[in-house]
Amino acid sequence: MQMLCGNLAPSAGEIRINGIDLLDAPREAKRHLGYLPEIPPLYRELTVDEYLDYCGRLHGLKHQDLHRAREESKARCGLKESGKRLIGNLSKGYQQRVGIAQAILHSPPVVVLDEPTVGLDPIQIREIRELIRDLGREHAVLLSTHILPEVQAVCSRVLIIHQGNLALNATIQELERHVHSSSLTLETHQPVDTQALLKLEGVESVEQENDQQCRYLVFCAHGTEPTEAIARLVLEKGWGLVELSPRRRSIEQIFMEITQHEE
Amino acid sequence: MSALIIASRELRSLFLSPLAWSILAVVQFLLAYMFLSQVEYFQSLQPQIAALEDSPGVTDLIVVPLFGNAGVILLLVTPMLTMRLISEERRNRTLSLLFSAPVSISEIILGKYLGIAIFLGLMILMITAMPLSLTFGTHLDWGKVAACVLGLGLLLASFAAIGLYLSSLAMQPVVAAVGSFGILLLLWIIDWNATVAPKRGKSWDISPCSGTIRTCSKG
Repeated sequence: MQMLCGNLAPSAGEIRINGIDLLDAPREAKRHLGYLPEIPPLYRELTVDEYLDYCGRLHGLKHQDLHRAREESKARCGLKESGKRLIGNLSKGYQQRVGIAQAILHSPPVVVLDEPTVGLDPIQIREIRELIRDLGREHAVLLSTHILPEVQAVCSRVLIIHQGNLALNATIQELERHVHSSSLTLETHQPVDTQALLKLEGVESVEQENDQQCRYLVFCAHGTEPTEAIARLVLEKGWGLVELSPRRRSIEQIFMEITQHEE
Repeated sequence: MSALIIASRELRSLFLSPLAWSILAVVQFLLAYMFLSQVEYFQSLQPQIAALEDSPGVTDLIVVPLFGNAGVILLLVTPMLTMRLISEERRNRTLSLLFSAPVSISEIILGKYLGIAIFLGLMILMITAMPLSLTFGTHLDWGKVAACVLGLGLLLASFAAIGLYLSSLAMQPVVAAVGSFGILLLLWIIDWNATVAPKRGKSWDISPCSGTIRTCSKG
């Protein structure tokens, strides 16, 4: 991440931002880039307006353009009221917003956000995520995060890098398909007759879960949907249906599988 | 252009912190005290030196020592100003803002240097105001005053450059300050050594400390 944004020099390989080589033409490439590091680079002694003006000038904005860009990015990040306040006096969530405002100020085609929701409370996290999703419509947003549900919430494409190697490169839809796996959880009041379940079409095997008496794992054949049939059977036999739901593998599990598989 | 933007932010941050104001105030107070005692000393000496032929004037006895003292005091003060230039940005992680902006490294350094140079320029202006106040009662040797200002300016420019370099190496501002103190004091000692034992050769005399002012004001 730091290499992408010119903070560290790579030992090998090349970096292209919007088609421009970062090492050959750093100025030109960085013009197309907005970067929010993990810790937002804020000068606590400046006001929000002063700070954004400074960032804008560094990116070569002047007079009218500067003023317009500043007002626009403040409006987008919900900072309209805080222009005159000192950055040091803002809450963590607002400081994060100032960081994002700084990254999108010069409307770069590429925005890189490094863990933008770390240390925020749930409401702030939701607001920031909404903001990121909003940004995604106009800018290419590269988001790095360790919070996997966040990926599901805001991203359209997922790359998992494990020990320096690209372990997964998939769209979120492909990932969703991973998430829907082919097993169901069934819970009843009375013990069920596994033989009867196995006779249903699509049911491959039934396992009792370890600790609980009437909780079962039902594995289905690929591409079949025996949920309805199972429900009907359980009702007919009067076993007392408590729960019948498809087991969703969490994105954490997929992550673990992918990274462990690599090893 | 970007260098000027960085320099102006640097100055603004300097004046938003109490550090700059207190340094200006303390330096001005100390030098004013020295200046006044020098004026008093000159007044007590005046009847004696008036009889001498080719006697040293007001400029030699008041202005030149003032700038000499200013050089020594600022030797102790400049590291405190330069220490935060880069190391503080590194510690607060604000440096990445400059790195990911379309600004080259030399512009960053130039901007930082300009910022501190303008601040030191202000300080020189305030110091020069003291001898200028003497023009109400007497007249000064303008050539010597100009030489003193130039000498102090060059001296501070070199102090700032050394401080900036050490600030770019250090992670913590204090380490940068200690480092630049060390180097500046070493240069001072070399200079002092040269005046004590001049036989050791001319090469010592080029050390940029108070020697600069001495040579400037003599020439």
